[in-house]
Amino acid sequence: MVNHIDLSSVLKRSVCALYSNLVTRPTGAAVRTEIELQLGQLGPQALTIIDFSHVGALDFSCADEIVAKLLLSSIANPERQDVYFVFRGMTDSHLDAIETVLERHGLALVYDRGADDVRLFGDIDPAGREAWEAVFNCGGGPADEIAATVGISCEEASALLEDLRRRRLLMRTEAGYVAVRPVS
Amino acid sequence: MTTLINVPPTLDDKTFEQVLDQLAPLPADDKIIVDARHTRWASPYGLTALLTLAQSRPDRPGFYPPESETTGSYWARTDFYKHAEELYEFHGKAQRSPPHRESDVLLEITPIVQSADVHNVVERIQKKAQEILMGKLNLDSSSTMRFTMALSEACQNIIEHAGCGGWVAVQTYTWQQRLNGRRVVVIAVCDAGVGFRQSLESSPARRLRDRWNDAIALEDAVLNGVSRFTDKGRGQGFAGMRKFVSHWDGKLSVRSGTARIVASVPDWDPDEMAREEGLSPFPGAQLQITIPQRVA
Repeated sequence: MVNHIDLSSVLKRSVCALYSNLVTRPTGAAVRTEIELQLGQLGPQALTIIDFSHVGALDFSCADEIVAKLLLSSIANPERQDVYFVFRGMTDSHLDAIETVLERHGLALVYDRGADDVRLFGDIDPAGREAWEAVFNCGGGPADEIAATVGISCEEASALLEDLRRRRLLMRTEAGYVAVRPVS
Repeated sequence: MTTLINVPPTLDDKTFEQVLDQLAPLPADDKIIVDARHTRWASPYGLTALLTLAQSRPDRPGFYPPESETTGSYWARTDFYKHAEELYEFHGKAQRSPPHRESDVLLEITPIVQSADVHNVVERIQKKAQEILMGKLNLDSSSTMRFTMALSEACQNIIEHAGCGGWVAVQTYTWQQRLNGRRVVVIAVCDAGVGFRQSLESSPARRLRDRWNDAIALEDAVLNGVSRFTDKGRGQGFAGMRKFVSHWDGKLSVRSGTARIVASVPDWDPDEMAREEGLSPFPGAQLQITIPQRVA
């Protein structure tokens, strides 16, 4: 199931209809609470697009409350093992704030830049990024196939892919690992 | 006995120290009159700090407004009198109806008490900020949102740490003394709250040190991202402000208690000191961000 959340609408609905900027920690907490309510109404497997397109400014406090805490709670909550996020519509200034909080917490996210340009953003080492890109580009597969594509041992690939899955950047299916990506 | 506290002719973050030096020897409950009759110019820092000064006194101080009509009308346009009349007992007439002319006040002096105030400040300033930053300071379009972000974080410090309300003001002006008359935009955020040292002392996770004073507390918070809140996501606001300021060759200075630090001293202000200690004590925290006009 694919769920689309326009953050600007959530802000107007949950905090104030007149606001267009995601600033202050209480605002971030209110927006995240609203998102989590929506997630609670979805099934155990869901892909949610978090859309910043209509958001003005985003400060660090709000980025921490919304992006970091949403990802952290998803990773920590066993009931949300199959809940995934794709982020889109971010400007350079949004990315400034988001990058800082992701690095602070050791998190990464899937970033849809549009026109089939999807990449990882945040705290991710080169090996993890290469493995994720291999899975993304080949459309997915078992660890041994990804290992052959990247040119590493099967054990190394398994560890990398499992770590990416734990961080909600890959999904694991019967056919192997699949990259989290926007679905039209 | 009432003591007259002279406000210097030019009031900014540096010369405000002269005001504090006059206050330092006085008992906290002494009656004072703040005399700004001969003041000709004040930065947003100077004006917000004057309001903060009044908040820091147990008894309502007296106030002589500037005699100069031009100065008075400018102070009126910044909304200084609107707030000062609630905090000071006025002696003499303050300018009430400013003549209409193009204003370089980006954001009039605004009280910050709760999160909604930060939202209102951010919403109000965006259009004007875009005009000034891009049109007059030659910064690129991305600067507006980052400026807003820095402003928001600076204001939030009052709510989360000061323990009482504070003030914010944003103005732009041509800086004759420095930068060869280039324009600057200045954000000033002042409060008379608990200050950095006491805020950090309230943290259960604070490590005890052999040396602990206002300057170390400032360095911990502003340079090292230490917060009284223990969760990992805290303390990022100053890192973000420093990044923004450094990118645009600006200056971030923070004063608290008896110390003042400048996060990174810009080349255009060689007289600035990275760290000052032993200043006259003043409650709360006073922050200033200065962004200069960009030259090709």
